[in-house]
Amino acid sequence: MNLCIRGGRVIDPASGFDQICDLHIRNERIVAIGGAPPDANHTGVIDAKGLIVAPGLIDMQARLREPGEDHTGSMESELAAAVKGGVTTVCVPPDTYPPIDTPAMVHMIKQRVDAVGLARVLPIGALTVNLEGERLTDMGSLHQAGCTALGNSDRAIVNTLVMRRALQYASTFNLVVLLNAQDPWLVGNGCVHEGEISTRLGLPVIPEAAETVGVARDLALIETTGIRAHFNCLSSARAIAMIVDARARGLPVTASVTPHHLHLCEQDVGVFDTQCKVMPPLRSEDDRTALRNAVASGAIAAICSDHQAHGKDAKLAPFSEAASGIAGIESLLGLTMKLVREDNLPLTTALAALTSNPARILDLDRGRIEVGQIADLCVFDPDEVYTLSLNGMTSRGANTPFYDTELYGKVHTTLVAGKIVYNG
Amino acid sequence: MIGIHTGGVWLAQKLHHLVRLETALGTLDITFYRDDFSTIGLHPQVNPSNLPEDIEGRDIILVDDVLQTGRTIRAALNEVFSYGRPNSVVLAVLVDRGLRELPIQADVCGLKIDLDAQRQIKLSGPDTLKLTITDKDASDT
Amino acid sequence: MNVEESSVQFEAPGRLRHFLTTEGLGRETIVEILDIAESFISVGERRIKKVPLLHGKTVVNLFFEPSTRTRTTFEIAAKRLSADVINLSSARMSTSKGESVLDTVKTLEAMHTDMFVVRDKASGTAHLIARHMPPGVSIINAGDGRHAHPTQAMLDVFTIRQYKNDFEPLSIAITGDILHSRVARSQIHALRQLGVKDIRIIGPATLLPTRIEKLGVRTYYDMDEGVADADVLIMLRVQTERMDGQLLPGPEEYFRYYGLSEKRLKLARPDAIVMHPGPMNRGLEIASGVADGPRSVILSQVTNGIAVRMAIMAKLAGDAHRESHS
Repeated sequence: MNLCIRGGRVIDPASGFDQICDLHIRNERIVAIGGAPPDANHTGVIDAKGLIVAPGLIDMQARLREPGEDHTGSMESELAAAVKGGVTTVCVPPDTYPPIDTPAMVHMIKQRVDAVGLARVLPIGALTVNLEGERLTDMGSLHQAGCTALGNSDRAIVNTLVMRRALQYASTFNLVVLLNAQDPWLVGNGCVHEGEISTRLGLPVIPEAAETVGVARDLALIETTGIRAHFNCLSSARAIAMIVDARARGLPVTASVTPHHLHLCEQDVGVFDTQCKVMPPLRSEDDRTALRNAVASGAIAAICSDHQAHGKDAKLAPFSEAASGIAGIESLLGLTMKLVREDNLPLTTALAALTSNPARILDLDRGRIEVGQIADLCVFDPDEVYTLSLNGMTSRGANTPFYDTELYGKVHTTLVAGKIVYNG
Repeated sequence: MIGIHTGGVWLAQKLHHLVRLETALGTLDITFYRDDFSTIGLHPQVNPSNLPEDIEGRDIILVDDVLQTGRTIRAALNEVFSYGRPNSVVLAVLVDRGLRELPIQADVCGLKIDLDAQRQIKLSGPDTLKLTITDKDASDT
Repeated sequence: MNVEESSVQFEAPGRLRHFLTTEGLGRETIVEILDIAESFISVGERRIKKVPLLHGKTVVNLFFEPSTRTRTTFEIAAKRLSADVINLSSARMSTSKGESVLDTVKTLEAMHTDMFVVRDKASGTAHLIARHMPPGVSIINAGDGRHAHPTQAMLDVFTIRQYKNDFEPLSIAITGDILHSRVARSQIHALRQLGVKDIRIIGPATLLPTRIEKLGVRTYYDMDEGVADADVLIMLRVQTERMDGQLLPGPEEYFRYYGLSEKRLKLARPDAIVMHPGPMNRGLEIASGVADGPRSVILSQVTNGIAVRMAIMAKLAGDAHRESHS
C-alpha cells in the first residue's frame, strides 16, 4: 500500500516541524515528507488541503469495557469511537473484570484487539493482585507479556507499605507506573468537590486534600524508589504545583489532565447534573484556570480522555448514586482544539499533549512524524465545527456533558500503521 | 347572619346594623369550595371565613349581593355545612339578575332584573354601596 | 444557578409546577403560600375539616426514607383537601440493581397520580423525578438527603410570621448539624428571600459546611456569642449516629457547647422564640425546660405544618389548572 497524504499542514509536535507538504507512506511506515520518493507509486491519495496532519493521538487512560462490562461497551464500539476521535493508541487501565493482573489476561486482550483491528491497545498491568492493594502482581511477567506500564487504576493502594513495595518492585524492571492518586479516606463516599456547590446541593464531598494527600504520599515514595511515575487525571491547582515542585527537584514524574477538567468546574454540576459527575470531581474555577495554564506551560504533559462509557440508565439516578465518568474519547481532540481556538493554547503544545508527550512518558516509539516512523496518523480539520449528540455517539456510552457543545477539529481520516481505519 | 365575600359581606354589615341582630355577623370566603377551581385555579387573595357563632341547630340568614348562576350559593351552603348542621337557612340577595344554572332561589330579594349574559352587574363599596351595570366587552356604563 | 432551579420548579413566572426547594422561589411566591396557609388554619378548627379543592385527585406519598411525622402531616393535609391519598413507604435499593427510583415513580404515574410527595435519603431525588414527569404531574419534595426540605422551611417561616411582625429586622440563629441538615439549607434560602439580614449559623467546625457564608449567613463556633440578642432560635436535631466520635466526641460535650439551656436562652432577646423541626433529643440539643417552656413554639410548628402543606398542594393544583386552561 503506497499512500500519499497530499497538501496538508504536517505538524510534528516533538520536533516543531510545521509545514504544508505531502506525506508519503509505504506499507506501514512514513517514507518521505515533502517531495515524493523516486519509486513513488501511489495506490491511494488523501487530499489533506486545509487539514492538519498530526501523529495519531495516544490516550493515556480509556476503558474499553471488555472484558467484564460488555453491556456498556465493547472493543468494537469503543475502538471505533477512538479512531473516530483520531486516537490510534489506547492505554487500558487494569480495572477490567477480571483485572489485568496476569500475563494470560494481557494475551487475551491482545487477541481481542487483533481481531477487532482499528486502534492499538496498551494494557496497563495491575500493581497488585485483583487490584486489592495487598499482594504484588508478577510484574516481570506482565512486562514480558507486553505491559510497558503498570498501575492500580483508581483503586487506591491503601496500605502505604504495600504501595512502597509495589513501586520498588516495579522499578526493578524499569517500568513506568500510572497513578490515580487519591486518599481513600478523604474520598469516602464523596461525589462532588468540597466547595460552594457541595454546600448548596448538600452532597457528600471530596475535598481537594483527597488529591493533595494522595499525591504527596506517592511523591514521597517515588522519591525513595526512583521510579518513573505518571499521575493521571489530576484535578487541582495544588496537586499540579506539587508535581512542578517535584520535577524541579529532579523527580521523574509527569502528569495528565482530562478535557473535562479543563473545560468544566464545580458550578457546572448546576442542579444535580449527573453528566458532570466524574472522579476526581470537577473542582473550582481557579483550579480550572490553573490546569489550563499548566497545559500551556507544559507542566502538565498530557491530556487524556479517561473515557468511560455508560448506558443511559447509569446517569438517571440521584447524583450520589449515578455512575461517574464521561465517554470522552470522541471529544478528546475536539475539546483540546476548542482550547486552541478559544483559550490561546498553542497548537503545537496541544498536539504534543495528545501525541508525542504520552509516547515519551510511556517509552513508545510513536507519536512522531518522521521518515521511518510507523504511520499512525490523524488528519483533521482544525476549523470544522461539530457537535456530539447523546444518542448519536459511536461509543456505546450515552454519557457526556458536552453534547451540543461546539467542538473544533473534526477528524477526517485516521491511519494506524499506514492503514486507513477511519474515514469521516 | 352570614355574608358572602366580598359584596355580600358589605350588604350583610348594613343589614346586620339595620335589623339590630344581637348575634355576631359571620363572613364566608367560598374560594376553597368553588366548582371552577379546576378552570381558574386558586385565587391568591383568600380572606379566611369567620363564623363567630356556633351554627349547629341555628337559623341562618345567608346574604349575598348578586344572585346569578347559583353556584356561589351552592359553594356557600357546602361551606356552612362543614361548620355544623343549621336548623334552617334563608337566602337574602340585593339583586336577582336571572341566568340561573342551579335550582336555587332567593327567599328575600331587593331587586329583580333580567339582564342578558353580555351585561355585568357589580356592587361597589364598602362605605357607599353602589350597583353598576356594564357591558362585558365595553368598560363604560 | 437560581435560574436553573427556577426552570425546573416554575412553569412560568409565579406559576409553580413542582415544589422542590425554597431556593429561587422568590419572595412573592413565598408570601403567597404563607397567605393561603393562613386561611387554611381555620379549616382545621371546623366540624368538618375538609375543603373540596383536590376532590378527585390522587396524591401519592412516596417515602423511601422512613418518617412517620412528615408523612402523616402530608397525609392529613391532602385529605383535608379531599384528595385520595396513597402511602408508600419502602426502603429502596441504592445501586443499579433492582428497580430504579424513576421506574418506581413512572409505574405509579401511569396509574394517573396527580401529585407525588417524595422523601429520599439521596440529595436530588425530587429534582430527578420532577425532570421526568409528564405535564400535569407535580412533585413535592418532602426532604432529599442533605439538600432541601422546603415544606418544613415554609412552616418554620410561617410560624415565625405568627410571632414576629416583620422579617427584615430579625436576628435568627440556627444551631446544630448544619452539614447534614436539609432543613437548615431550606430555611436559609427562605429567610434570605424574605429579607432577613442577620442569619447566624452556629456549630462546631465538623458540622458546618464549607463556604456556607455564600448563602448569606454568618457562622459562629461560640453559641453564647451566636444567640446573643437573637429574636428566633432554631435548634436542629443532631442525629445520634453522629455521636460516634467521628464528627462529635459525645453527647455531654455537645450539650455543653451547643445545647440550648435555660441559661443560654437568657442571652437571646426576652421575647425570643425557640423552634425545632423535631423530633427532639431532649438534653442533647435542647433542655427539656426550654422545649416545654414559654418561649417554645415547637407545637405551633406541628400544627402549622398541616396548613402550610395544604397551601402548597392547593397552590400547585391551582397553578396546574391555570396552565391547562389558559
